[in-house]
Amino acid sequence: MTDAPDPKPIAALADEGPTAPPRSQWRDVWDQFKTHRGALAGGIVLLLIILAVFIGPYLWPYDATFIDIRARNQGPSLAHPFGTDQLGRDTLARMMAGGQTSISVGLTAMLLALVLGSLIGVLAGFFRRLDGPLMRFTDLFLSLPLLPLLLVMVLLFREALNSTFGPEQGIFILIVVAIGVTSWMPTARIVRGDVLALKEREFILAARSIGTTNFNLITRHILPNVMSPIMVSATLGIANAIITESALSFLGLGFPPDFPTWGRLLNDATQYLQDYPERVFWPGLAISLTVLAINYMGDGLRDALDPRIRGR
Amino acid sequence: MLTYTIRRLVLSIPTLLFISLVIFLLLELAPGDPMAQVPLTVPPEVKERMREALGLGEPTHVRFFKWMYQFFVVEPMMLIDHIFGTALAEGQQRVLSWQFRSPVMDVIVQRMPQTLWVVAMSYVVGILIALPIGIYSAYRQYSLFDQTGTFITMVGYSVPPFFSGVLVIVIFSVQLGWLPSIYDTTLDVVGWETFKQQLMQMVMPVMVLALQTTAQISRFMRASMLDNLNQDYVRTARAKGLSEWTVVMVHVLRNSMIPVITVIALGVPYIFGGAIITEQIFKVNGLGQLLITAIQANDLPMVQTVTFMIAVLIVMFNIVADVLYGVLDPRIRYD
Repeated sequence: MTDAPDPKPIAALADEGPTAPPRSQWRDVWDQFKTHRGALAGGIVLLLIILAVFIGPYLWPYDATFIDIRARNQGPSLAHPFGTDQLGRDTLARMMAGGQTSISVGLTAMLLALVLGSLIGVLAGFFRRLDGPLMRFTDLFLSLPLLPLLLVMVLLFREALNSTFGPEQGIFILIVVAIGVTSWMPTARIVRGDVLALKEREFILAARSIGTTNFNLITRHILPNVMSPIMVSATLGIANAIITESALSFLGLGFPPDFPTWGRLLNDATQYLQDYPERVFWPGLAISLTVLAINYMGDGLRDALDPRIRGR
Repeated sequence: MLTYTIRRLVLSIPTLLFISLVIFLLLELAPGDPMAQVPLTVPPEVKERMREALGLGEPTHVRFFKWMYQFFVVEPMMLIDHIFGTALAEGQQRVLSWQFRSPVMDVIVQRMPQTLWVVAMSYVVGILIALPIGIYSAYRQYSLFDQTGTFITMVGYSVPPFFSGVLVIVIFSVQLGWLPSIYDTTLDVVGWETFKQQLMQMVMPVMVLALQTTAQISRFMRASMLDNLNQDYVRTARAKGLSEWTVVMVHVLRNSMIPVITVIALGVPYIFGGAIITEQIFKVNGLGQLLITAIQANDLPMVQTVTFMIAVLIVMFNIVADVLYGVLDPRIRYD
């Protein structure tokens, strides 16, 4: 009757060991990111722009502040591929110098906003007592009219910071801080939501039960797990910061005139709009292209970091 | 729902008071001197008297409460007077602009039509363009239309108005000479000719602003439609033999509109804030332009009042969006 149709039922349960070599999470993310063509193109374009802007000045013979009054208001030529401005300064060199400032402002302001946003988000999500006040604080910031306040802030503290740190350093600090403290709120909200969900998970309970301190719990267990939303808001944060800085410079409230940024160059170019309309093209294109590349990268990153989409 | 609305409205009062205090204190720090333009030959004691005439002689908290009284009591009374012809606010001190030497509210009322014409029109145009694009690109996901639509919205997201605005001026005003680059606010629409002129000067600012609105709203619309298109009720609707048009445009669209409408409501306050940059580019003298000139001229009562009014609108429309969400979606229960 029982003539053993299946001789070794246990054998089916035996582990043969994984066939594929182990893969790290970031490898998976990278593989998914690669399949998003727009994101990959965005990443490459962004890398090229950053390289051109930071290495370009070492290769290009003209200095951004070198004034050659005899060569002013020139169109594109071999010596000056982007032409020259009203003082005979080479536009390409100024574009590279401007890009350095714009991108550094974008990166630093994003870092500041990210640190602030993650800190507030993690604190609000992790400590129930802080949740109410911190979230009310976030809502308060969200209901402030930001661009007007940014303008007021820049106007208010410019003189004070200029005298302490010098005109260039001062305005850099001011703009980075102003953008940073007005753009951390979305990050804080997203991080708080994720931390709230994460806090109830078993591995946090396990870590707590072996006596992990709150600080270690946050830095070793919570933060690595909320990395993906933070990274996505980081990319969007850079784009936002670059646009805001350019907007401030465009309104004449950003960097001083002899200190080029892309927004400043655009502002200078609009004053010569009637005579040399082609001049507005390059700085505007640089801003738009950078932001477009970053946004595409953010899109791809969001997909790549989402485990529900990954591997499909 | 009513209790929820009332609770939110009551809670918004301390928020708004706090915001007004924050703005006031921030402006209090302003280094600029409203007397900076007065000639040096004016003796210091006269300058001191002028300063007091502007209400600067008193300590900060007194000025803050006076501003609050003027803003919350006198100005609404002025409005009532204006509508009903009463004389409630007769002889009361109003919020005065230092720059224009006239009540702030009067200046705001003067500037409002330009902003509403240009910015509100662009918002409407942007939404009208965005909704069909969002619907169709979700319905044909990954089609050529969807790909181009996504690319265009990405571009609209990334190109800042100070570039797109200048670019269209270069193309359509400088090169082609079709449209005027400066918005003429003195133009009175009386006949067909002036109406055409008004239309011509509105096209560029409206389109520049609409590009941004379109980019945002169509992305939302597309995502929301995609969420709903794969739901079971859609299959049911198809199974019982409804036409494709009814399925998509009635069943799916109505459900997808819920989050989109709240997003649209959240964007409304920024209409009244005026588009600072776009108004600057096209020389539209609306509220945004008023705000930036007031900031540059150190006209603190003006800056305070305008920013606070924007903050009020933001808080109010946040509540409107939340309440709308509850009204439209019966699954949401606030109580």
